[in-house]
Amino acid sequence: MSGTYLGMPAFPKAAHEAVHNTTLRGNLRHATHTIRAKRANAVAEMSDWAELREAGKQIKDHTLRHLDRYLVRLEESVQAAGGTVHWAADADEANRIVTYLVKATGESEVVKVKSMATQEIGLNEALEAEGIAAYETDLAELIVQLGKDRPSHILVPAIHRNRGEIRDIFAREMSEWGRPAPEGLTDTPAELAEAARLHLREKFLRAKVGISGANFMVAETGTLVVVESEGNGRMCLTLPETLISVVGIEKIVPTWRDLEVFLQTLPRSSTAERMNPYTSTWTGTTDEDGPQTFHLVLIDNGRTDTLADEVGRQALRCIRCSACLNVCPVYERAGGHAYGSVYPGPIGAILSPQLRGTGSEIDSSLPYASSLCGACYEVCPVAIDIPEVLVHLRERVAQGGPVTERGDKVVLKPAKGHAAERAAMRAARWAFGHPGVLRTGQRLASRTRRFHPRTLPGPGRAWSASRDLPALPAEPFRDWWQRTNGGKETGK
Amino acid sequence: MSSRELILGRVRRALADVRADERGDERGDERRDDAPYERAVERGYLREHGGRSVAETVELLAENLADYRALVHRTDADGLAEVVAGLLRAHGSATVLVPSGLREEWLSAATDVTRVPDRGESTAHELDRVDSVVTGCALAIAETGTLVLDGSPDQGRRRITLVPDHHICVVRVPEQVVSSVPQALELLDPTRPLTWISGPSATSDIELDRVEGVHGPRTLEVVLVTGSGD
Ligand code: SF4
Repeated sequence: MSGTYLGMPAFPKAAHEAVHNTTLRGNLRHATHTIRAKRANAVAEMSDWAELREAGKQIKDHTLRHLDRYLVRLEESVQAAGGTVHWAADADEANRIVTYLVKATGESEVVKVKSMATQEIGLNEALEAEGIAAYETDLAELIVQLGKDRPSHILVPAIHRNRGEIRDIFAREMSEWGRPAPEGLTDTPAELAEAARLHLREKFLRAKVGISGANFMVAETGTLVVVESEGNGRMCLTLPETLISVVGIEKIVPTWRDLEVFLQTLPRSSTAERMNPYTSTWTGTTDEDGPQTFHLVLIDNGRTDTLADEVGRQALRCIRCSACLNVCPVYERAGGHAYGSVYPGPIGAILSPQLRGTGSEIDSSLPYASSLCGACYEVCPVAIDIPEVLVHLRERVAQGGPVTERGDKVVLKPAKGHAAERAAMRAARWAFGHPGVLRTGQRLASRTRRFHPRTLPGPGRAWSASRDLPALPAEPFRDWWQRTNGGKETGK
Repeated sequence: MSSRELILGRVRRALADVRADERGDERGDERRDDAPYERAVERGYLREHGGRSVAETVELLAENLADYRALVHRTDADGLAEVVAGLLRAHGSATVLVPSGLREEWLSAATDVTRVPDRGESTAHELDRVDSVVTGCALAIAETGTLVLDGSPDQGRRRITLVPDHHICVVRVPEQVVSSVPQALELLDPTRPLTWISGPSATSDIELDRVEGVHGPRTLEVVLVTGSGD
């Protein structure tokens, strides 16, 4: 993945620092608890939630199991609708393609709608190195970009910043990038949003090239879908002459009809709304409406390696709703930066080590960044069994074994000094081998407590030394959830 | 080898276990390919949530629109022109963008407002100087409080409902109202560019305080009009 994160400390060290940052912990606690409670209400409105979740899971699984077929069909449909399709095996290739496409337009600046795929490949840095300025246009991404730091949450990337800090960043940095912040800017959210509106509008109105990701791509029709709140997505998708969408190959759904599942589950899981303010769909180009040139860059960058793992491939079902972050006791304390990748929280803990391999210290420590309480699995709208994949990846770190790297099968050696984990793995396997434990939702709760050390072994040791190991629930998650009214009342 | 072949080859090798499971499914022409997909996914979810009369569905749409801070107005075909003119006046609008296929009578009472036609050659800066825009819609979804625009002549290009700060959208009720997202997708044409709008532009990025209007129109007014059906 991106060079952006190469300098990151491993999870234990980063988390150690994060848990001592009281502003961060306060912000995170407020955010995760607020969104969590709202989401529970939004989901409760849907009597068929379980069926929608099951359908979402099956659609994505089916697509992944026939991904070659759907990729080819998508390519045909996009081309038939007037778009051009490019394939990028890794981050470098994707960056080269996009840079080339931007240069071909003769422009030296682009507007971007928030896209995790372009963060993953480090596109902004690659463009900058070629003299192209890439402006992030989502309010939170603007805060992050102006503040020269990194996003820390999928949905609210600047959750680690409070309003006073945002005011200072705007007042100090906006003039460097374009229209300065108004004189006497205060820290009320309405004024800050207005400053961002004026600053960014200037860029939107002159932009000739837009860059986006996509939430979904429909193989049958060649349609791309972007779900958003602010309208910056619509600006980037419709005002420029050229649109370049950079999308992971796993974002496909087979048919137009499949959107009926995800357009019901994504907004409720994500922002706890019945529907997000804006959803845009486009199929190639339309005469006299929107960009007249459309490029789709399909990126692999570790996804096919993830697909090769029969247990881990379910991570590719993820629709990036961020519900798992908001319920995770580890994320709540450690914050998004501790994960050292664009994908934070529980999904990051399983996706990043698969996309990048477990070779680095941060990636080999990520599978330990969890208490395995199972809350992430409960809320996931596509039913990704994150705890199962975590345990699987811990096993891989501890014991080694066959994996696929850049399309080739290799056998990983066990990490050195991991004898302790091997014992922990055996314990975990015992639990996962017992369907009763797994399926009643008890996870590794009360019945397996005796298997859990007070400190984490191996890579997790330093992390758990900095604080108490997040207590494994003495009661099953479901009971805790009910008793505390979805975490709203203190019961943790 | 091209990256296309490289990636597709990696996908096929990664799915060796699936190929062993599902041999047979891979053969066959387009039609036979689609048939298994219909059976591959269980769609036990609902087509709509709860039973409602037509009037109740319209009521729910109004409620959910208002819940997302759209301003909802109701009138019948005879009163529509007055309502639209009143909204433009109240907003202090001197100019209004007009899609080519908008019914003329909708704006017939707005005599003091200058009409700006939706033209391909208008620049974004020109659109930015227009005060309001009036459009119809393709349909509206009651359960989610959503308007869907599909670029038909009464709705215009996507950008005209984006750049001006004030959007007035006319929904013919009950003809244009569906209950749910599945019902909406069934009726919409994926080859057109679609914009789904649920309330005005909003952000919760600053300490989770909701603020209306970062980039899209900050005021969304919806006029539910009866007796104006086709
Ligand atoms: S893993 Fe599931 S809950 Fe987490 S972001 Fe992805 S889809 Fe949402």
